[in-house]
Amino acid sequence: MLVTIRLFARLRELAGASELQHELPEGASARTAWERLVRDHPSLEEYGRAVSCAVNEEYARLTTPLKHGDEVAFLPPVSGG
Amino acid sequence: MPLTSDAATGRSVISGAYTKGVSNPRSPRFQVTADSLDAAAVAASVAGPTTGAVATFVGLVRDHNAGRRVLWLDYEAFAPLAVKAFERIATEIAAQWPSVDLAIHHRTGRLGIGDASIVIGAASPHRAEAFSACRYAIERVKQIAPIWKHEHFEGGQVWIEGATADPEDEAARQAAMARACS
Repeated sequence: MLVTIRLFARLRELAGASELQHELPEGASARTAWERLVRDHPSLEEYGRAVSCAVNEEYARLTTPLKHGDEVAFLPPVSGG
Repeated sequence: MPLTSDAATGRSVISGAYTKGVSNPRSPRFQVTADSLDAAAVAASVAGPTTGAVATFVGLVRDHNAGRRVLWLDYEAFAPLAVKAFERIATEIAAQWPSVDLAIHHRTGRLGIGDASIVIGAASPHRAEAFSACRYAIERVKQIAPIWKHEHFEGGQVWIEGATADPEDEAARQAAMARACS
Protein backbone atom coordinates (compact mmCIF):
# COMPACT_ATOMS: atom_id res chain seq x y z
CA MET A 1 0.00 0.00 0.00
CA LEU A 2 1.08 3.53 -0.72
CA VAL A 3 1.19 6.06 2.13
CA THR A 4 2.16 9.71 2.22
CA ILE A 5 4.55 10.80 4.94
CA ARG A 6 4.67 14.40 6.11
CA LEU A 7 7.54 15.83 8.11
CA PHE A 8 7.83 19.04 10.07
CA ALA A 9 10.48 21.32 11.55
CA ARG A 10 13.81 19.57 12.21
CA LEU A 11 12.52 16.21 10.95
CA ARG A 12 11.78 17.90 7.63
CA GLU A 13 15.26 19.39 7.51
CA LEU A 14 17.03 16.13 8.43
CA ALA A 15 15.10 14.17 5.79
CA GLY A 16 15.40 16.97 3.23
CA ALA A 17 11.71 16.73 2.32
CA SER A 18 8.39 17.80 3.75
CA GLU A 19 6.46 15.06 1.98
CA LEU A 20 7.44 11.55 0.85
CA GLN A 21 5.58 8.57 -0.51
CA HIS A 22 6.40 5.06 0.59
CA GLU A 23 5.15 1.66 -0.45
CA LEU A 24 4.59 -0.32 2.74
CA PRO A 25 3.50 -3.94 3.29
CA GLU A 26 -0.09 -4.77 4.24
CA GLY A 27 -0.53 -4.66 8.00
CA ALA A 28 1.93 -1.78 8.36
CA SER A 29 1.52 0.64 11.25
CA ALA A 30 2.74 4.19 11.72
CA ARG A 31 5.79 2.62 13.36
CA THR A 32 6.51 0.67 10.17
CA ALA A 33 6.47 3.96 8.27
CA TRP A 34 8.78 5.55 10.86
CA GLU A 35 11.23 2.63 10.73
CA ARG A 36 11.28 2.80 6.94
CA LEU A 37 11.99 6.53 7.20
CA VAL A 38 14.85 6.00 9.67
CA ARG A 39 16.33 3.35 7.37
CA ASP A 40 16.49 5.93 4.57
CA HIS A 41 17.51 8.80 6.87
CA PRO A 42 19.52 7.42 9.83
CA SER A 43 19.92 10.90 11.35
CA LEU A 44 16.24 10.71 12.34
CA GLU A 45 16.91 7.85 14.73
CA GLU A 46 17.57 10.20 17.67
CA TYR A 47 13.84 11.08 17.54
CA GLY A 48 12.68 7.50 18.03
CA ARG A 49 11.59 8.07 21.63
CA ALA A 50 10.35 11.64 21.22
CA VAL A 51 8.39 11.59 17.96
CA SER A 52 4.62 11.64 17.89
CA CYS A 53 2.36 11.13 14.91
CA ALA A 54 -0.93 11.94 13.26
CA VAL A 55 -2.81 9.89 10.69
CA ASN A 56 -5.05 11.76 8.26
CA GLU A 57 -4.78 14.95 10.35
CA GLU A 58 -5.82 13.29 13.62
CA TYR A 59 -3.51 12.49 16.54
CA ALA A 60 -2.53 8.82 16.43
CA ARG A 61 -0.23 6.27 18.03
CA LEU A 62 2.78 4.61 16.45
CA THR A 63 0.77 1.39 16.79
CA THR A 64 -2.06 2.81 14.64
CA PRO A 65 -2.57 0.55 11.61
CA LEU A 66 -2.33 2.17 8.19
CA LYS A 67 -4.29 1.62 5.01
CA HIS A 68 -3.67 2.49 1.39
CA GLY A 69 -3.75 6.24 0.78
CA ASP A 70 -3.24 7.28 4.41
CA GLU A 71 -1.23 10.35 5.28
CA VAL A 72 1.09 9.92 8.26
CA ALA A 73 2.60 13.03 9.83
CA PHE A 74 5.59 12.71 12.15
CA LEU A 75 5.91 15.47 14.74
CA PRO A 76 9.09 16.33 16.63
CA PRO A 77 8.64 17.73 20.16
CA VAL A 78 6.56 20.88 19.87
CA SER A 79 7.38 24.47 20.85
CA GLY A 80 4.37 26.62 20.02
CA GLY A 81 3.15 29.61 21.95
CA MET B 1 -12.21 22.39 7.89
CA PRO B 2 -12.43 25.55 5.77
CA LEU B 3 -9.39 26.99 4.04
CA THR B 4 -10.36 30.56 3.27
CA SER B 5 -8.51 33.45 1.74
CA ASP B 6 -8.37 36.60 3.80
CA ALA B 7 -9.88 39.35 1.65
CA ALA B 8 -7.56 42.06 2.95
CA THR B 9 -4.27 40.23 2.46
CA GLY B 10 -4.97 37.33 0.14
CA ARG B 11 -3.19 35.05 2.61
CA SER B 12 -4.70 31.74 3.46
CA VAL B 13 -6.07 31.14 6.94
CA ILE B 14 -6.75 27.69 8.33
CA SER B 15 -9.46 27.75 10.91
CA GLY B 16 -12.08 25.67 12.61
CA ALA B 17 -15.60 26.29 13.75
CA TYR B 18 -16.36 26.36 17.43
CA THR B 19 -19.06 24.10 18.80
CA LYS B 20 -20.09 26.27 21.73
CA GLY B 21 -21.72 29.65 21.36
CA VAL B 22 -22.08 31.56 18.12
CA SER B 23 -19.34 31.08 15.56
CA ASN B 24 -18.66 33.97 13.22
CA PRO B 25 -17.43 32.48 9.94
CA ARG B 26 -15.53 35.68 9.16
CA SER B 27 -13.57 35.43 12.41
CA PRO B 28 -13.29 31.81 13.59
CA ARG B 29 -12.39 31.19 17.21
CA PHE B 30 -9.43 28.96 16.40
CA GLN B 31 -6.96 30.09 13.80
CA VAL B 32 -3.47 29.47 12.51
CA THR B 33 -2.58 32.40 10.31
CA ALA B 34 0.38 34.14 8.68
CA ASP B 35 -1.26 37.50 9.40
CA SER B 36 -0.46 39.71 12.38
CA LEU B 37 -2.64 39.06 15.41
CA ASP B 38 -5.16 41.47 16.94
CA ALA B 39 -5.60 40.94 20.68
CA ALA B 40 -8.53 43.34 20.92
CA ALA B 41 -10.37 41.50 18.15
CA VAL B 42 -9.77 38.14 19.85
CA ALA B 43 -11.08 39.53 23.15
CA ALA B 44 -14.14 41.00 21.42
CA SER B 45 -14.83 37.67 19.68
CA VAL B 46 -15.38 35.84 22.97
CA ALA B 47 -17.27 38.56 24.85
CA GLY B 48 -21.06 38.59 25.02
CA PRO B 49 -23.87 39.97 27.18
CA THR B 50 -23.16 37.49 30.01
CA THR B 51 -19.41 38.22 30.03
CA GLY B 52 -18.04 39.98 33.08
CA ALA B 53 -14.35 39.29 32.45
CA VAL B 54 -12.09 38.56 29.50
CA ALA B 55 -8.56 37.33 30.23
CA THR B 56 -6.24 37.68 27.26
CA PHE B 57 -2.79 36.17 26.90
CA VAL B 58 -0.43 37.59 24.28
CA GLY B 59 2.81 35.72 23.61
CA LEU B 60 5.58 37.94 22.19
CA VAL B 61 8.91 37.20 20.53
CA ARG B 62 11.62 38.30 22.97
CA ASP B 63 15.19 39.27 22.21
CA HIS B 64 16.91 36.63 24.32
CA ASN B 65 16.63 32.92 25.03
CA ALA B 66 18.95 30.58 26.95
CA GLY B 67 21.73 33.15 26.92
CA ARG B 68 21.44 33.80 23.19
CA ARG B 69 20.62 37.10 21.51
CA VAL B 70 17.56 36.27 19.42
CA LEU B 71 17.20 37.97 16.02
CA TRP B 72 13.89 36.50 14.86
CA LEU B 73 11.75 33.35 15.02
CA ASP B 74 10.30 31.35 12.15
CA TYR B 75 7.14 29.55 13.27
CA GLU B 76 6.05 26.39 11.45
CA ALA B 77 2.74 24.63 12.07
CA PHE B 78 0.81 21.59 10.93
CA ALA B 79 -2.12 23.93 10.67
CA PRO B 80 -5.15 21.61 10.34
CA LEU B 81 -4.01 19.54 13.33
CA ALA B 82 -3.12 22.67 15.31
CA VAL B 83 -6.67 23.98 14.87
CA LYS B 84 -7.97 20.59 16.07
CA ALA B 85 -5.61 20.84 19.06
CA PHE B 86 -7.09 24.27 19.91
CA GLU B 87 -10.61 22.82 19.64
CA ARG B 88 -9.58 19.95 21.90
CA ILE B 89 -8.25 22.43 24.47
CA ALA B 90 -11.58 24.27 24.30
CA THR B 91 -13.41 21.00 24.97
CA GLU B 92 -11.19 20.34 27.99
CA ILE B 93 -11.87 23.86 29.25
CA ALA B 94 -15.63 23.46 28.73
CA ALA B 95 -15.52 20.38 30.98
CA GLN B 96 -13.65 22.21 33.76
CA TRP B 97 -15.05 25.74 33.40
CA PRO B 98 -18.41 25.48 31.58
CA SER B 99 -18.99 29.23 31.68
CA VAL B 100 -15.85 30.06 29.66
CA ASP B 101 -15.78 31.00 25.98
CA LEU B 102 -12.37 30.60 24.38
CA ALA B 103 -10.50 31.79 21.29
CA ILE B 104 -6.94 30.96 20.23
CA HIS B 105 -5.12 32.56 17.31
CA HIS B 106 -1.57 31.47 16.52
CA ARG B 107 0.69 33.09 13.97
CA THR B 108 3.15 31.36 11.63
CA GLY B 109 6.03 32.56 9.46
CA ARG B 110 8.82 34.98 10.31
CA LEU B 111 8.23 37.04 13.46
CA GLY B 112 10.48 39.82 14.70
CA ILE B 113 11.23 40.89 18.25
CA GLY B 114 8.05 42.19 19.87
CA ASP B 115 5.69 40.52 17.40
CA ALA B 116 2.75 38.59 18.88
CA SER B 117 2.96 34.85 18.16
CA ILE B 118 -0.22 33.83 19.97
CA VAL B 119 -3.32 35.48 21.40
CA ILE B 120 -5.71 33.64 23.70
CA GLY B 121 -8.98 35.12 24.88
CA ALA B 122 -11.04 33.54 27.67
CA ALA B 123 -14.37 35.11 28.59
CA SER B 124 -16.51 34.29 31.58
CA PRO B 125 -19.13 35.90 33.83
CA HIS B 126 -16.48 36.21 36.59
CA ARG B 127 -12.73 36.76 36.53
CA ALA B 128 -11.49 33.64 38.32
CA GLU B 129 -12.62 31.22 35.61
CA ALA B 130 -11.35 33.51 32.83
CA PHE B 131 -7.86 33.74 34.33
CA SER B 132 -7.63 30.01 35.04
CA ALA B 133 -8.91 28.95 31.63
CA CYS B 134 -6.57 31.34 29.86
CA ARG B 135 -3.55 29.98 31.76
CA TYR B 136 -4.65 26.41 31.12
CA ALA B 137 -5.01 27.12 27.41
CA ILE B 138 -1.46 28.42 26.95
CA GLU B 139 0.00 25.55 28.98
CA ARG B 140 -1.86 23.04 26.80
CA VAL B 141 -0.89 24.81 23.55
CA LYS B 142 2.75 24.42 24.58
CA GLN B 143 2.20 20.74 25.37
CA ILE B 144 0.22 19.48 22.39
CA ALA B 145 -0.15 21.96 19.49
CA PRO B 146 1.91 20.87 16.43
CA ILE B 147 3.77 24.17 16.13
CA TRP B 148 7.54 24.75 16.16
CA LYS B 149 9.85 27.70 16.70
CA HIS B 150 13.00 27.97 14.60
CA GLU B 151 15.14 30.40 16.54
CA HIS B 152 17.64 32.54 14.67
CA PHE B 153 20.17 34.07 17.02
CA GLU B 154 23.50 35.86 16.76
CA GLY B 155 25.83 33.15 15.52
CA GLY B 156 23.40 30.43 14.49
CA GLN B 157 19.96 28.90 14.47
CA VAL B 158 18.22 26.12 16.36
CA TRP B 159 14.86 24.36 16.36
CA ILE B 160 13.29 24.70 19.79
CA GLU B 161 11.90 21.37 20.93
CA GLY B 162 9.81 21.11 24.07
CA ALA B 163 7.14 18.57 24.83
CA THR B 164 6.40 15.36 22.91
CA ALA B 165 2.88 16.10 21.67
CA ASP B 166 0.52 13.60 23.27
CA PRO B 167 -2.98 14.87 24.02
CA GLU B 168 -3.76 11.63 25.88
CA ASP B 169 -0.91 12.17 28.38
CA GLU B 170 -2.96 12.60 31.55
CA ALA B 171 0.04 13.59 33.69
CA ALA B 172 0.77 16.50 31.35
CA ARG B 173 -2.87 17.57 31.41
CA GLN B 174 -2.90 17.49 35.21
CA ALA B 175 0.31 19.56 35.30
CA ALA B 176 -1.35 22.18 33.10
CA MET B 177 -4.39 22.17 35.37
CA ALA B 178 -2.21 22.58 38.46
CA ARG B 179 -0.51 25.64 36.93
CA ALA B 180 -3.88 27.09 35.93
CA CYS B 181 -5.26 26.74 39.42
CA SER B 182 -2.18 27.77 41.42
